[in-house]
Amino acid sequence: MGKSSKLLAAFCGFSLLTVGAIGVQAKTLVYCSEGSPEGFNPSLYTAGTTFDASSRQLFNRLVEFERGTTIITPGLAESWDVSENGLEYTFHLRKGVKFHTTKNFTPTRDFNADDVIFSFMRQFDKDHPYHKISGGNYEYFNSMSMPDLIKEIVKVDDYTVKFILNRPEAPMIANIAMDFASITSSEYADKMMAAGTPDTVDQEPVGTGPFQLVAYQKDAVIRYAANPSYWRGKAAIDNLVFAITPDASVRYQKLKAGECHVMPYPNPADLKAMAEDPAINLMNQEGLNVGYLAYNSLIPPFDNPAVRKALSKAINKEAILEAVFQGAGKVAKNPIPPTIWSYNEAVVDDSYDPDAAKKMLADAGVKDLTTKIWAMPVQRPYNPNARRMAELIQADWAKVGVKAEIVSYEWGEYLKRSKDKDRDGAVLLGWTGDNGDPDNFLAVLLGCDAVGSANRAQWCYKPFEDLIQKAKVVADPAERTKLYEQAQIIFKEQAPWTTIAHSVVYEPVRKEVVDYRIGPFGGHVFYGVDLK
Amino acid sequence: MGVLVPTFFGVTLVAFVFIRMLPGDPVLLMAGERGMSEERHAEMMKQFGFDRPIYEQYFSYIGDLVQGDLGTSIITKKPVLEEFMTLFPATVELSLCAIIIAIFIGLPAGMIAATRRGSSFDHTVMAGALTGYSMPIFWWGLLLIILFSGILGWTPVSGRISLLYFFEPVTGFMTIDSLLSGQKGAFSSALSHLILPSIVLGTIPLAVIARQTRSAMLEVLGEDYVRTARAKGLGPGRVIGLHTLRNAMIPVITVIGLQVGVLFAGAILTETIFSWPGIGKWMVDSIFRRDYPSVQGGLLLIAAVVMLVNLVVDLLYGLINPQIRHTD
Repeated sequence: MGKSSKLLAAFCGFSLLTVGAIGVQAKTLVYCSEGSPEGFNPSLYTAGTTFDASSRQLFNRLVEFERGTTIITPGLAESWDVSENGLEYTFHLRKGVKFHTTKNFTPTRDFNADDVIFSFMRQFDKDHPYHKISGGNYEYFNSMSMPDLIKEIVKVDDYTVKFILNRPEAPMIANIAMDFASITSSEYADKMMAAGTPDTVDQEPVGTGPFQLVAYQKDAVIRYAANPSYWRGKAAIDNLVFAITPDASVRYQKLKAGECHVMPYPNPADLKAMAEDPAINLMNQEGLNVGYLAYNSLIPPFDNPAVRKALSKAINKEAILEAVFQGAGKVAKNPIPPTIWSYNEAVVDDSYDPDAAKKMLADAGVKDLTTKIWAMPVQRPYNPNARRMAELIQADWAKVGVKAEIVSYEWGEYLKRSKDKDRDGAVLLGWTGDNGDPDNFLAVLLGCDAVGSANRAQWCYKPFEDLIQKAKVVADPAERTKLYEQAQIIFKEQAPWTTIAHSVVYEPVRKEVVDYRIGPFGGHVFYGVDLK
Repeated sequence: MGVLVPTFFGVTLVAFVFIRMLPGDPVLLMAGERGMSEERHAEMMKQFGFDRPIYEQYFSYIGDLVQGDLGTSIITKKPVLEEFMTLFPATVELSLCAIIIAIFIGLPAGMIAATRRGSSFDHTVMAGALTGYSMPIFWWGLLLIILFSGILGWTPVSGRISLLYFFEPVTGFMTIDSLLSGQKGAFSSALSHLILPSIVLGTIPLAVIARQTRSAMLEVLGEDYVRTARAKGLGPGRVIGLHTLRNAMIPVITVIGLQVGVLFAGAILTETIFSWPGIGKWMVDSIFRRDYPSVQGGLLLIAAVVMLVNLVVDLLYGLINPQIRHTD
């Protein structure tokens, strides 16, 4: 029996099983996804498209984000304890969880501590037999500083695992809930290694998640069937199909024609028609992101907070929202979005006031200032049209006597050059949160360690740094909230960025779709969704 | 044949150098806004072998190539040849349908326009050809989707077959596989999915073929032997079919052969609009991601196909006109 015929048999088997069991036609939800996944092991990749196709349907994590929120709930770990000193995290694992049965693999045991150890050690230990398989790049694991953070991972018993850290890290639990921390089967990995085909584990995935992979045709379709023995209960839909449709206008046509039920990333120009379509429910939610303009605080006169604030006051953000976001955004006043806990509502934004800006620049002794505005060459949720945004800022600054030249580079070059400490000009960029923790914005983008890399303002300010470093090691959420609120006040006083906007995420779904929720991290989860 | 080998190696060199001349490197793009330390960047460049001098990388690539190894995608970690062969049948199927539409409409349209020179039919064909040639593929595709799929509901919006059908790919050609599957309605579904993308991809070749046929026919129609044929009292059918068309076909076949390159270029946009899983979309994604092995391998294989088609065209000349048979 060929590979594909086995897949086909598996799919037909699942369909028949589900149809037979409930005595009605199988429910199939079609999601018009925007692209092909890079692969099916979420620890090897960083793209949201890959996570949608893999971790969010096929796998579970020790702890997980509650669907549609940033709230952390138990996943494969039923509970966890943190030691007094914040250095030891002990996870108590769930019993009776089954891995998928596929054409290559029939599990002989339930999920246990060995699978947790395997999933993390593969990424952590450079000598692990699986470390170099499938390219061996664990960029998310690395970029979340896990290799520096983790000292040791210990199997206490079959259902208890302990993570020992090198330093206390309050966002640790949020990190463990991220896609890269998905749990894969160590038994399957051993079997494939013995068969001499270890990379199969990354192409034909075996997880514990609500769906299992049936077939994948690159750039065309991904088919999943509901996992009948899913530990949270079988999904309400029987089959899930990703119809890969790269163009947003075509996705909309397919949605209208009933060829798919849910589509991501609509064109802003189509939103009005979608809202008026009786067959479509246009859902929206504030995105977990921020778009900003970062000054280079190491270079005069931008080393002066008064100059940065004056330039911020010269920018008409409402006009940018209208022209660039076409209303699908909200003015940003803080460096974290309002959907993240500890967002400081009390902070007052720099109001648009060109006269005051002019005066502030004169008071700071700045005359005939010339600078550059860096415009990203790509479209991002936090900035759908950086060139247009740069032009509006250029025009605003011209009104206060500041001449700005717009520059742009190829995306890779842009990211590289904008990190330079001696960079000339202010950079348009942004960030989408990974785990819903304020540290993921404030320390990653504004911490002293990130100067010369992700801290595009090159801003290292001790009072701010002290607060975010303290918040990193404090376990009490209330105390952390206070520290981050203070940090946001200092940020606003110092204005290393002009915070511009948080985008609003729109997702059109057909009316027959029940209980679909927009993921705050931009992900698409179909467990819990039903069809009328 | 002697030209093919140097051309082939020329293509490897051009593909290899040009993709590396684009600013930005694949590792930086992989990291995105998240960024990456200098050490990690250097480590990954070394892992992919991109830290070595470019000539060394090239010779190592050629060394692998002569052993039939086109490399492995740095994004999907799959062999380039395997990815290409998975997607190529979809592009071939689409291109064949497009060129068939172009030939079956373009050739008669050009012939009739030539024989009725100056008539309103001639003007309509030429105006239509000019419009077709100038039409942006992306706009044309979306227009057809909105009209025929959205408003009229006659054709499916995109994809290769309805999601209701699921069967094992045997040849990779959906029309053939749907027949082999024996599933009722699968073949007609595959065929209906081919209509719009084939029209869109075939529009430019159709325009070019119609114009070329018309001008070649006009040239031949003015030849002495055509006048002689007419003077001998031969009917218009024999004059056009036997004496004119055969001689006018040589430049037309040349143009049809050259359309293979145009089809591959057009496939990039057509495949994106119609969610058609072919090599056009794959190549663009690979270029954007600076997936060097995929771009090099893909370009080389496409070049090989184009060269092969041109070779076939050369051989066809001899069949049509025995006077231009190759001696070497």
